[in-house]
Amino acid sequence: MRVKIFNLLTIEYEKRQEITLEQSLKLTTMALVTAFIIMGIIFAGFGVNPFLAIFSIFAWSLFTPAGFTSTLTRMIPLLLCGVGLAIAFRALFWNIGAEGQLLMGAIAATGIALFVPGIPDFLLLPTILLMGFIVGALWGLIPAALKLKFETNEVITTLMLNYVAFRLVKYLVYGPWKGKKVYNFPFSDTFPPAAWEPKIPGTPIYVYSFVLSLLFAVGLYFFMNKTTLGYEIRVVGENIKAARYAGINYTKTILITMLISGGLAGLAGAGLMTGVQHRLQNPEAISPGYGYTAIIVAWLGRLNPLYVILSAFFMAILIVGGQQIQITLGLPFGVVNIFNGVILFVLIAFEPLREYRVSFYWNEKYPWGSFMNKLFSTVFK
Amino acid sequence: MLKLPGLKTLKSESASMYAKIREKKVNIGETVVEMRNITKHFPGVLANDHINFEVKAGEVHALLGENGAGKTTLMNILYGLYQPDEGEIYIKGEKVEIRSPKDAIELGIGMVHQHFMLVDVFSVVENIVLGLKELNIVIPVEEVAKQLEEYGERYGLKIDPSAKIWQLSAGEKQRVEIIKALYRGADILILDEPTSVLAQSEVKPFFEMLRKMVAEGKSIIFITHKLEEVMAVSDRVTVLRKGKVVGTLKTSETNERELARMMVGREVIFRLEKKPVKRGKPVLEVVNLRALNDKGVEALKGVSFKVYEGEIFGIAGVAGNGQKELIEVITGLRKATAGKVYIMGEDVTNKPPRVILKKNVAHIPEERIEMGIIPNMNISENLILKYYNEPPFVKEFYNEKLRIVLNEEEIEKFSNRLVKEYEIMTPSIKTPAKLLSGGNIQRLILARELSSNPSLIIAAHPTYGLDVGATEYIRKLLLKEREKGAAILLVSEDLEEIMSLSDRIAVIFAGEFVGIVKAEEANIEDIGLMMAGIKRMPISEGLEREG
Repeated sequence: MRVKIFNLLTIEYEKRQEITLEQSLKLTTMALVTAFIIMGIIFAGFGVNPFLAIFSIFAWSLFTPAGFTSTLTRMIPLLLCGVGLAIAFRALFWNIGAEGQLLMGAIAATGIALFVPGIPDFLLLPTILLMGFIVGALWGLIPAALKLKFETNEVITTLMLNYVAFRLVKYLVYGPWKGKKVYNFPFSDTFPPAAWEPKIPGTPIYVYSFVLSLLFAVGLYFFMNKTTLGYEIRVVGENIKAARYAGINYTKTILITMLISGGLAGLAGAGLMTGVQHRLQNPEAISPGYGYTAIIVAWLGRLNPLYVILSAFFMAILIVGGQQIQITLGLPFGVVNIFNGVILFVLIAFEPLREYRVSFYWNEKYPWGSFMNKLFSTVFK
Repeated sequence: MLKLPGLKTLKSESASMYAKIREKKVNIGETVVEMRNITKHFPGVLANDHINFEVKAGEVHALLGENGAGKTTLMNILYGLYQPDEGEIYIKGEKVEIRSPKDAIELGIGMVHQHFMLVDVFSVVENIVLGLKELNIVIPVEEVAKQLEEYGERYGLKIDPSAKIWQLSAGEKQRVEIIKALYRGADILILDEPTSVLAQSEVKPFFEMLRKMVAEGKSIIFITHKLEEVMAVSDRVTVLRKGKVVGTLKTSETNERELARMMVGREVIFRLEKKPVKRGKPVLEVVNLRALNDKGVEALKGVSFKVYEGEIFGIAGVAGNGQKELIEVITGLRKATAGKVYIMGEDVTNKPPRVILKKNVAHIPEERIEMGIIPNMNISENLILKYYNEPPFVKEFYNEKLRIVLNEEEIEKFSNRLVKEYEIMTPSIKTPAKLLSGGNIQRLILARELSSNPSLIIAAHPTYGLDVGATEYIRKLLLKEREKGAAILLVSEDLEEIMSLSDRIAVIFAGEFVGIVKAEEANIEDIGLMMAGIKRMPISEGLEREG
C-alpha cells in the first residue's frame, strides 16, 4: 500500500512474511538511535550539550573502572528479573509484578538472615538465596492461580501485588523488624557477616548473584529451546488452541512459568540484600524500579534469554551513566526514568516495522529531498 | 455513485481523474481491465511471473489455480494492496497506478475478501457507509435503505438494513460486502473464493445473482480452485500455475478434465479406487452422547454410533449441527453432559485430551491453522507436537524417570523422514509453518497424525479449501489408512467426499442423527433432504453389533 503525505513524502508498506535476524538487529539499533536522538532533544532543552550528555553516559559507565563495575553490579537484578519476565511473556502471561516479587525476595532474605537462628555459616547464604527464590515464586504464583481459577487479568493482579509487597516492606521496617541499633531510622538490623555475599575485590560486584544471573540466562535459553517444558511454554504462548489439542496441561505450564519468573525476581531481591544493602529498608532505596525496568529489558532482548544478557547490560549502562550525568551535568533526578520511558515508547513504535516492509520516497523537487532519500535508503534497506 | 445529502466534494487531482475513468461508459464485450506483464516477488517466491490478464465488461471471468498459484496476489495488486515489481495496469484503456484500495474504489473496482472486513456490532447500513468520505454526522439511514431495497430487487441481494452484522450468517455477511462494493460504485468486482462461506443450497442463487450483474454490464473476477464452479458460472477462465498464466479459455470450449490438467500440470484421477476391506472390531463407540455448545445451548442431543476397524464412517450435515461438538467431546476438548465414549472398549468419557491421544487417536482438526499448527514455530517443532515427551524424541535419564531434554538428532531425522514421505514442499524443516501453503499445512498435520499408525482417525473437513492435487492426495491417504485397518470418523460438508470415501454415512441435523445408511445404498437426494431436516431414515445401522 502507498500513502502520500502532501507532496513531500511517499511511504510504501507491505506486510512481510518473515524477519531475518539481521533485519531485526538493525531495527533494534535504529530504535535505540532514535531514542538517543529524542533524549538529545530533551538534554538540549535542559541547556546541556546533547552530544556531551550522551557521550558522558557511555564514557562513564563503560570506560572508567568505577563506572564499569557499577554497571555490572546494576545488571544483576535487571538480568535476573528480565530473564524471568522474558519466559513469562513467551507464555503470554503478562507478569508486571517483578518489582513486588523482588521485594518479597528481599523480605525472605531478611527473615532468614536475622530471625532464623542455628543455620551454619556456610549454609546461610545458599539458604537465603534459595528462600528468596521460593518466596518470590510463591508471590508470583498467586496471580497465576487467580488467573487459572477465576480467569482474573494477570496484568492487574501482578501490578497490584507490587503495591502490597511495597507496603509490606514499609510496615516491616517501620514496625516489627525495625532494628535496635538504627537510631529510629526505617532500617532493619544489619545482616550477620556470614550473610554478606563476597565481592570481586575492589568492585561492588557481588559474586554469587552475578554468576547465578549469567548461569540462569544461559540455562534458560537451553531450557526454552531444548527441553519438553520449554517447548510446552512456547506452544502455550504461541497457540493456546493447539496446546489444548495436543493435550498440553495449561495449568501446569503456567504454574511452572510463574514459578521461574517470580522465583528469579525473588532471587534478585535476596541478592540485593546479601550483596548490596545488607539490611531491609525503604523499598525505594532497595530497588529503583528494577522490576519495571526489567519489562523493557525483556522486550529489548526480544524475549530471548541470551539477548536479555545484552539488553540488561545496556539498561544498566543507562542507569549508571544517567546517574552520573545527573551529578556532573546537573540534570534532574528523573532523567533516567525519562530515558526508560522513551526507549520503551520507541521500541513499541518500531514494532510495526517488524511486521511491514516500509520504503520512504522523498520528493526530490525540494533541496533536501535527495539527501533524505540517501539517508533513508542507507538506514532502511 | 449515489449522492448523499449535504455532500462535500473535495478530491485530489488523480482522484477526480480516476472518477472520470470510473464513469466512462463501456459496451458489453469491451475490455475493462488489462494487466500487462505483472511480476511480483516475495522473499524466496515469485508469486506472479509476467502475468497478462484481461477482463471484459459483462463477463464472469474465473481465475483458476491451486493454492499458492498467485491468484490472490494478482488480485491484491489490482486492488492496490500490493504494488507490482513490474508491469502495467489499464482500466478502460487508461493506464493507471493503483496505490491503495482507495484508488481502486475510485476506479470502480471492488473486492470481497475471503475474510470479511465488517464491524460486528454495527448495523448493515452503518457498515455500508463506513469510510465514505462524503459522510455527514447524521447517517442517511433511509436513503441507504432505499438503495439496498433496489439492489435487493435488481440482483436478489436481500438484506435487512437494520440488522447487526453479528446476527447474520456468513452468506449474508458476504452479501453486505458485495453491496458495500456496489454502493461505492464498483462495476468491476473481485470475489475471492466466494462460495467457501456459502452453504450448498446458497450457491445456486448466488450464481444467479452474479449472472444478473454481468447482464447489466458489470464485470466479475471470480477467484476459485473449484472446477465445477468455473463450469457453472464463468464466461471465460484464466488458469494460473506457479505464478504463471497457463492459458485463458472460453468456458464453453473447455471441460473440467482439461482445466484440471492445466491447473495441476498432470492428469488428475477423479474416481478414487476403494478396495473392499473386511471390517473388524469396533474401535470407537459413542453411546447417547450429549453436550453443550459454546453458548451453553445443547448442541448434541443423544448421538450413538460405532466405528469399526477398516471402516470410514462419514458424518454429513450442514455446519453447526453438532459436528464440531461431537468431535470435541470424543477428543476430550469438550465435556459431555451425558452419555459415554469408548475407545477400544475403554471408557474415555471426559478424560483429558492427552489420555485420549495416547489411545493412538489421530485428530485432523477443522481449524487447520488455529488449532492444527503453531504458525510461528518451525515444521520440525510442529511435527513433534504430539510426541515431544516420548522417546526417542526426549532423552531419558535416571531409569526413564526424567524425561526433559529433547533429542534434537532424533527429531531432525523424524522430521526429514516425514517431510519426504508426505511430500511437504518446504525449503527446510526449520521453516516456520505459517509460510507453508494451505495444502502443505494439511500435509504437515496429516504427517504428524498418521505417522503413528493410528487405530482411530478423526478427520474434520480434511480437504476443505484445498486444491485438486492436495485433495486427491489426502483422500488417497485416508483410503490407505482404511486398508491398513484404521477406524476413520470423517466429518465433511462436501457430499461428494462423503459419498466417495465412506462405508457408512450418518446424517446429523440439529444435534441428532436423522439417518445412517450404507454408502452403496445411499443416494445423494435422500442425504440432501436429511441434511435439510426434511427426511428421516432408520439409524439402526449404526448400532448393530457385528458386520
